[in-house]
Amino acid sequence: MATTTTTDFASPVPSATDNYLGNEKGILSWLLTLDHKRIGVMYLFSVLASFALGGLFALLVRAELWTPGPTLPRVDADMYNQFFTLHGAIMVFLVIIPGIPAALGNIILPLQLGAKDVAFPRLNLMSYHVWILGACFMLLSLVMGAADTGWTFYTPYSTMTETAVIPAAFGAFVLGFSSIFTGLNFIVTIHKMRPKGMTWFRMPLFVWALYSTALIQVLATPVIAITLLMLIVERAFGIGIFDPALGGDPVLFEHFFWFYSHPAVYIMIVPAFGVISEIIPVFSRKAIFGYKFIALSSVAIAILGFLVWGHHMFVSGQSTLAGTIFSAITFLIAIPTAIKTFNWLSTMYKGRIHLETPMLYALAFLWVFTIGGVTGMFLAVMSVDVHLHDTYFVVAHFHYVMMGGSITAFLGGLHYWWPKAFGRMYKESTSRLAAVVVFLGLNLTFFPQFILGSRGMPRRYYNYLEEFEGLHQLSTIGAFMLGLGFLITAYSLLTSLKKKFDAPANPWGGTTLEWQTASPPPYYNFATPPEVNRGPYDGYDTLEYDEKIKGYVPTKA
Amino acid sequence: MTDTTSETPKTSGTNGHSAPPPSTGEAEASHAAAHDHDHGANGHDHGHGKFPHLAHHFDTPQQQFDAGKLGIWLFLVQEVLFFAGLFCAYTVYRAQNPEIFVYAHYHLDTTMGAVNTCVLLLSSLTAAWAVRNAQLGEKNKLVVNIVITLLCAFAFLGVKYKEYSHKIHEGTLWGHHFNPEHELWELDSFKGKHPEAAELAEKISAIQYEGQAKPSRGNDAAPKAEPVAAVAAGTSPTESKERRIQRLLMKAPEEAIHPLVAAGIIKHDVLSTTGLERPPTAHIFFGIYFFMTGLHGIHVVAGIIVWFWMLTKARKGQFGPNYFGPIDYAALYWHLVDLVWIYLFPLLYLIH
Amino acid sequence: MANLLFHCLSSIQAIPDGPPKLPESPSFLLPPQAATFAGEIDWLFNVILWVCSITTIGVILAMVYFVKKYGAKSRAANEKADKTSEHNTALEITWSVIPLIIVIAFFAWGFKGFVNLRTIPKDSLEVQVTAQKWSWWFEHSGTGDKRLVVPVNTKVRVLIRSVDVLHSLWIPAFRTKMDAVPGRYTDLWFEANQEGEFPIHCAEYCGTSHSDMWSRVVVLSQAKFEAWKKRELEEADNMPPTALGEKLSNQRGCRTCHSIDGSPSVGPTWKGLFGSSQSYSDASTLVIDENHLKESIEEPQAKLRVGFPPSMPTYKGQLTDKQINGLIAYIKSLK
Repeated sequence: MATTTTTDFASPVPSATDNYLGNEKGILSWLLTLDHKRIGVMYLFSVLASFALGGLFALLVRAELWTPGPTLPRVDADMYNQFFTLHGAIMVFLVIIPGIPAALGNIILPLQLGAKDVAFPRLNLMSYHVWILGACFMLLSLVMGAADTGWTFYTPYSTMTETAVIPAAFGAFVLGFSSIFTGLNFIVTIHKMRPKGMTWFRMPLFVWALYSTALIQVLATPVIAITLLMLIVERAFGIGIFDPALGGDPVLFEHFFWFYSHPAVYIMIVPAFGVISEIIPVFSRKAIFGYKFIALSSVAIAILGFLVWGHHMFVSGQSTLAGTIFSAITFLIAIPTAIKTFNWLSTMYKGRIHLETPMLYALAFLWVFTIGGVTGMFLAVMSVDVHLHDTYFVVAHFHYVMMGGSITAFLGGLHYWWPKAFGRMYKESTSRLAAVVVFLGLNLTFFPQFILGSRGMPRRYYNYLEEFEGLHQLSTIGAFMLGLGFLITAYSLLTSLKKKFDAPANPWGGTTLEWQTASPPPYYNFATPPEVNRGPYDGYDTLEYDEKIKGYVPTKA
Repeated sequence: MTDTTSETPKTSGTNGHSAPPPSTGEAEASHAAAHDHDHGANGHDHGHGKFPHLAHHFDTPQQQFDAGKLGIWLFLVQEVLFFAGLFCAYTVYRAQNPEIFVYAHYHLDTTMGAVNTCVLLLSSLTAAWAVRNAQLGEKNKLVVNIVITLLCAFAFLGVKYKEYSHKIHEGTLWGHHFNPEHELWELDSFKGKHPEAAELAEKISAIQYEGQAKPSRGNDAAPKAEPVAAVAAGTSPTESKERRIQRLLMKAPEEAIHPLVAAGIIKHDVLSTTGLERPPTAHIFFGIYFFMTGLHGIHVVAGIIVWFWMLTKARKGQFGPNYFGPIDYAALYWHLVDLVWIYLFPLLYLIH
Repeated sequence: MANLLFHCLSSIQAIPDGPPKLPESPSFLLPPQAATFAGEIDWLFNVILWVCSITTIGVILAMVYFVKKYGAKSRAANEKADKTSEHNTALEITWSVIPLIIVIAFFAWGFKGFVNLRTIPKDSLEVQVTAQKWSWWFEHSGTGDKRLVVPVNTKVRVLIRSVDVLHSLWIPAFRTKMDAVPGRYTDLWFEANQEGEFPIHCAEYCGTSHSDMWSRVVVLSQAKFEAWKKRELEEADNMPPTALGEKLSNQRGCRTCHSIDGSPSVGPTWKGLFGSSQSYSDASTLVIDENHLKESIEEPQAKLRVGFPPSMPTYKGQLTDKQINGLIAYIKSLK
């Protein structure tokens, strides 16, 4: 095991005043807390609430597309445009970007490092407050006449439309700072707060993934911040930098936007890799295969991710040379991603695989992320992308990656760490059912969209050719199935919160440090600062399952 | 790590944990005074009696300082990238339209820019000095250096205010608000540097606007100058304006023509020029100018707030060899603000 | 259902000649191949499809097999995993290098195809297209049309501009697409090798009627193309004003926003418009006359009707006086 000191296995349920959930009472003890776990929990519920809102808009979009032209009463093209804009902006800025790092990461990262907290707890709290402020501006935009620009805010449309673009862009600007603060905090925490004996290559892969993510957050987010600020100033004062009517260059906006927003894709997916790298070895009872390759491939993806933004712009009028370079580097990213997939599979080889909910999500991730990844090939090939650009093929591709990858991994991680964070086990059968429904709904929603796209259906369309109706209807049915899956998930998780603490310290037999403290952890995380003398996925043999406490304890010698 | 935590007592579970969690590395000012009071309540932290400013989750002051230092450096990296977007926009537009940058920079007051550069350099010096004072625990010198830094910051903003109000008066603003009071050749900065060019432009303009009001606002000197110019140029008033302008240009020396071409006032193909015109997108320069200097100004204001905060802490005598991180971080931030200006000054004011 | 049907019909009526039909295609996944480079691009698409399908199915099969073969009985059984090595550099390098070789091949083919798409032949027929919310206007050889009419087996260069926001000209059957960027020209080329009609879509989001910004490319034989051109040029000279106005209203995108039957749309309906009195956002009331119609076409933002968004683009400089007179005559005729 990774510690040499006594652990909290003996007392699986901490007393009410001891655990972080109960040590202080009252709403202010939450809103002004400096405890990373409480901040993580607040992030988690805020993100889930945003997810519900973004999901609602997704369902409205899908319902509207049931038939060509108007379908829902009173939903005209303008309102439809607002729906997909809000869906995109909420899901990107409020859900997926903070989802794994700020919510799960905040709860788990210091625990995995055996630390008492992140390096800057006050900055951590501020990041959450800033997030709330940004979310308020997003909602303000919703109330003031929701933006209809698409989440990309392309100029000059975004400087000309009558809708409330400024609050939405300002909201995204503010949310960017929340993301920067979280990233900065994590980098310093990982550099300076590792426990004795935890070398870089003894860090859990989730920590590696969060480290890579944090690098992108700190290096890329300021660029979207300044871009959105320029957009706001352009709209408010007519400064002319992006406005073609004043001699400005709208393509420059596209470059700036994607300089952030492509790396942002990796802010969304790299933490998911981290979660999957945690779940698969634990549920296969076998050390991860190719630890260093997985760890370093995250960093490689983070770095290469900065050099490929132009692949969003093959038909924007940028030069052929630029397109060629961007395409070539894009392909390089396929390599570290392929390595990870093969390594996960090899980890399962000759393991002893347990199929509880977190593992179901991990398997679903492998399935859909592979589809999402390989369909990226079509889009990286320049001549094929010219045909597929801005079609449903692209929509399907990034939903397979973002929804199928990030959200699936987020749900997997949520179920994996739920007992740790809240001290309660959810009902396994209900959550498994939800995982299956989500998986089926996901494929039913997005697979038909590949075919729609390659056959000629452009994206962001309110009206479409009648021949596409059947595929659209399949997709809509899938979307509602997905919604149902999420409702079952929410039911399963939320009802567990009404129970008394019943989770063991180590329900899955994990060997990373967070499983060595009680569930939920005490306010100060660890009774004694842990020391580490082996890799994060070593030592499954040293644990055994105890029927009485329904969790793992060290093997009696 | 030189010093391991002396103890980390396990929480007994009997005390109420009602006190808020203790102060942290990046911002303990507000907590500093109440610090000792905080200690007992949580039981598991603040065992660091030796180091009153050490936050509970760090083991040693060194670890806390290192974390803060890495944090501020990352923050500065973030700031650099924040400004990078604007420098990028600057580069793109300057590469595409070099003449508007040449044209517009004559409208800026190099002297004021230079004064501001000196002011900021001085303040960086005092900021760096303040760090040394904090490390040595020299309270009074520290306060003096912070005050000088603050005075410089205010002086900078004062000069900036003068420059901005001058530009508003002159109409050298962004976008649709760009409506300059003076043409390029009427500016002292241009006349001083290229007297022949200014004279030539004056003559051409006199011919060009013969018999009509000049489009620039409120300049009544042009019509009066016109007959004089015509006589001086030795041209006959019966010729077409275009012909007269072209004859002027043909006779003009290279050093008179070149600055006008560089500023986009006359065409590269000199002989096809039939009159003077402002580069059509000159306002973009002022868009970039106001955006960059404005954003920089906001950073200066933020710096002033930080320095006031440091001043309060310094006056309480909180800094010493074991605790000087905040002054160090504030100074690093201030150096970055200075550095951005060091780039802005030549890029905006000193263009050739 | 009847309601839905009504909605579909009304949306078709708003677009004079209805949405284009999805043309028959031999491939389930791709539109018909109607331009010279479509075959090559589709070949590459299919190669990638095969490689990716095999990879994906391989991963999924391995996963399912491992789950079946190595599934644990229960937690309580405390089964231990078999010992295997934790890494194998040779293996990992192998499965890095093989995908690398594959993607280099993809890149090379994609590059070749892209250069072909982007290298515009010198001797091509030049068509200018103006994109405007929410219609296309194609001009060549002295003709102007809402549709892109081109001869078969001829290289055509389309020079693209936009007068308002970003648009993107997409001809799925030709496998080519290019953004229309306000403030600069972009272009694309193709050589159609099949006669017929194929849809054109706007692929870059441009606001309210983005999805109705469709058109079609009509590929004619050389002889028919010449005949079409001749007729077009003659017709433009001889047409009575009302007929000219009706034609223009279809071609220039007026009818995307203005109905002629009184049904509501983005802009005011033209039915009964002329001579009616309407209220304006500056609280004035005006009787619609010829002068006001001319002003609304040339400077649409000068006076804004209450209850309508200020989204009409200006047509100043894009229509001749004769054409504006034709439009006014047509609007007058819609009693």
